[in-house]
Amino acid sequence: MTVLFVVLPLAVVLSISAALAFAWATRRGQFDDLETPAVRLLCDDINERPRSLDPHPPRSPS
Amino acid sequence: MTPELSSSTPEATLKRAVPDSLSCAHCGLPVPDAVVGSAAERHFCCSACELAHELIHGAGLGAYYERRDALPTRSGAARDTGGSYREYDDPSFRARHVTHAGADARLELFLAGIHCTACVWLVERLPRVVPGVRSASLDLGRSALDVTFDEARVLPSAIARALAVLGYPPHPSLVTQREGERRAERALLVRLGVAGALAGNVMLMALALYSGAAEDAPYAALLRGASLLLTAPAVFFCGSVFLRGAGAALRTRTPHMDLPISIGILAGFAQSAHHTLFGRGEIYFDTLAVLIFLLLVGRWLQQRHHRAAQGALDLIAALAPATARLVDGEGRRDVPAQAAPVGALVEVRVDERLPIDGIVVAGRSSIDSAWLTGESLPEEVKPGDRVYAGTTNRGQTLLLRVEGAGTATRLARLLESVESAQTRRAPIVRLADRVAGVFVIVVLALAAGTLVAWSFIEPTRALDHAVALLVVTCPCALGMATPLAVSAALKRAARAGIFFKGGEFLEALARPGTLAFDKTGTLTEGRLALVSFEGDPGVKALVSAAENGSGHPIARALVAAFGPAPNLRAESVREEPGRGLVARVAGHEIRVGSRAHVEGSSAASTLPWREALAAAAELGRPAVAVAVDGAVRAVAAFSDPVRSDAPASLESLRRRGYAIALLSGDQPRVVDAVAAELGPMVEARGGLLPEEKQAWVERARRDGPVVMVGDGVNDAAAMAAADVAIAVHGGAEASLGAADVFTTVPGVGKVLEAVVGARRTLAVIRRGIWFSLAYNAIGVVLCMAGRISPLLAALLMPLSSLTVVTSALRARTFDPPPREDA
Repeated sequence: MTVLFVVLPLAVVLSISAALAFAWATRRGQFDDLETPAVRLLCDDINERPRSLDPHPPRSPS
Repeated sequence: MTPELSSSTPEATLKRAVPDSLSCAHCGLPVPDAVVGSAAERHFCCSACELAHELIHGAGLGAYYERRDALPTRSGAARDTGGSYREYDDPSFRARHVTHAGADARLELFLAGIHCTACVWLVERLPRVVPGVRSASLDLGRSALDVTFDEARVLPSAIARALAVLGYPPHPSLVTQREGERRAERALLVRLGVAGALAGNVMLMALALYSGAAEDAPYAALLRGASLLLTAPAVFFCGSVFLRGAGAALRTRTPHMDLPISIGILAGFAQSAHHTLFGRGEIYFDTLAVLIFLLLVGRWLQQRHHRAAQGALDLIAALAPATARLVDGEGRRDVPAQAAPVGALVEVRVDERLPIDGIVVAGRSSIDSAWLTGESLPEEVKPGDRVYAGTTNRGQTLLLRVEGAGTATRLARLLESVESAQTRRAPIVRLADRVAGVFVIVVLALAAGTLVAWSFIEPTRALDHAVALLVVTCPCALGMATPLAVSAALKRAARAGIFFKGGEFLEALARPGTLAFDKTGTLTEGRLALVSFEGDPGVKALVSAAENGSGHPIARALVAAFGPAPNLRAESVREEPGRGLVARVAGHEIRVGSRAHVEGSSAASTLPWREALAAAAELGRPAVAVAVDGAVRAVAAFSDPVRSDAPASLESLRRRGYAIALLSGDQPRVVDAVAAELGPMVEARGGLLPEEKQAWVERARRDGPVVMVGDGVNDAAAMAAADVAIAVHGGAEASLGAADVFTTVPGVGKVLEAVVGARRTLAVIRRGIWFSLAYNAIGVVLCMAGRISPLLAALLMPLSSLTVVTSALRARTFDPPPREDA
């Protein structure tokens, strides 16, 4: 049972690191939107040649 | 090209079933006959859709059309507003909306018309469409797009133009104003996560202690010490939310659920810490840690739903017309609407909303002010007439001289009165908080009683039993019952198309009272439809062909009633604002319009058409005469039809004990006719000014709660004065701002659903409160009998929470749709 003196602090350290990782992810805004990422995953990218088209180019520099 | 014709008729949604060859390749709306090209592979309803289609394919994003699982809604069809969005490049705009992160600039835009998953895919490919955009990330729940771009390579206006062409007109969001709320939500989530981690570990240690695995003194001391160490941050970091709330409740002397929670947590923690340090006695660390975690879950769900509703309102606020097209010596340029100087000239094109109050200088047109005044018919305007911001130009391009802009408009003054009325409204004390007030007193009295009684029986155990009572009765289930039931109900309501701005309106809506309805667009369709046609049916096709290209509501009603005339083509169509229309169809001269308009040519007829027009006017119905080659052949009358679901829904509400009232700005005789169709009402009044509606609501509130249902700005003041305001779909942005509840589906049926759902939710909340009180009663009895142990407390508390959570989440509050026997 003496192993408890090692395992318990270890478990606490592990929990603290998990909590810190969660806090970091939260502060970065990873849990702000729980809806779109699920949808985004469904749309895999297709690599085609990109081309730009601005239908109303500014007539004069502003 | 007539984009307004194809993309804004309500019938368009019904015509989705037309064959592919005749529906627009971009938006799926039917293609008007006039623009069907025979050789083209794809057809488009308007030039804007064609441009959007070309843009999407040009950027190699054609897969959008295969991915989408829903067609754009009426407002989502590509409608190139033709705006230059030049004001986005203005330094004052940048200062307000653009933030900087390193070399990149960030801009958040609300997008109108986001309707399916393919929209996410398409919009997030923005960097391919506009070079210089680094990334675009859409928040589907809020319809907000976060754009990161290189300011040196691309201007904000170019981004906005590209989005508008794709069919998602952008509106700038004031993301900086919401930054504080977002940070608060994240902070709560961090607390929730930390509380979860701590509770899990403390529970494991408690398990070892309960099972007797750590009988030896050093191990027991280790586990108890570690529990204390882990519970301390749970109480003072994670639980600070409740401690602060309790402090505020004490200072303001208002009962609040945080107060009994904090008393239980602090008493339990203090005693357990004392017992740990002295190495004897019972500890409740596991119960406390789990309690804090569960309560935080409830609190977080509550906050999240509040933010979702807030986001929807931000979106609506951003839709108000923000720019004015200024005309001066240098040409036309867009300026922020509030910066338009008095006396300047502003141009407003067809189907655009007026950004300012002003006087018409040039152009004759019809102005649709249903939004502002509730008048269902557009008003004809000519040079010299006064027009107001927020109304829509329906006829032709107008040139206006600015009289008032920004806060000086009639619209702004109306909104101001809404705000002041809102602040006057007394806050609704929530049911759970009222219970909490009594709860605190009862629990403290019981704890004191236990302490006194046990000090006679067994003085050393008296304090233990009293503290155990405080811990066991700590209202975890009670604290979760309301937030969980409310958030589950709000989620179900949102799925049904009903959005509540806050949970307290569920409670207010469940009480029977007076339901005051606006007429136009709420009980009626908000558009004209043909109600009678007398005369020669043979002219129908000719009329339809002549009116096909016009945007006038009467023309739209005629075309909708008679159907398209594919074989006939109208020539030399001329509209005379306020009078009617002249055209040549198949060699005949067709005149459709007022008495004066038709009499101008000839009045020969076998019909008593003058009498028919007068009879329609008597009923408050607009009517037109149809003349073919100078002879009047038919008379058509129109009205704004009552929604098909309205009579049954009102009857159902009446049976639930609500009194129905009808308040309208429309002509009294039209209101009387509508009221007659809808069954008994306590009052049906027409010709009311916004101020009179507000006064009526304030008077009615003396006799009981008043719910105002409307959709126009003219209702906004009345809505703010009411106990609960419901805005039905199709309504004005500002009324949604004043509304507590709003629906995305038109009609009164949703009002009925909201009322029924609110009642069911309140029943669920009451059930949850009774459940948790029953569990607490068991706990109290055990404590007073001195038979409680930490293990029993640790079992009883989550068990009661589980019952309440299950009951709250499984309750069918807003779905399925209410049946008549419900």
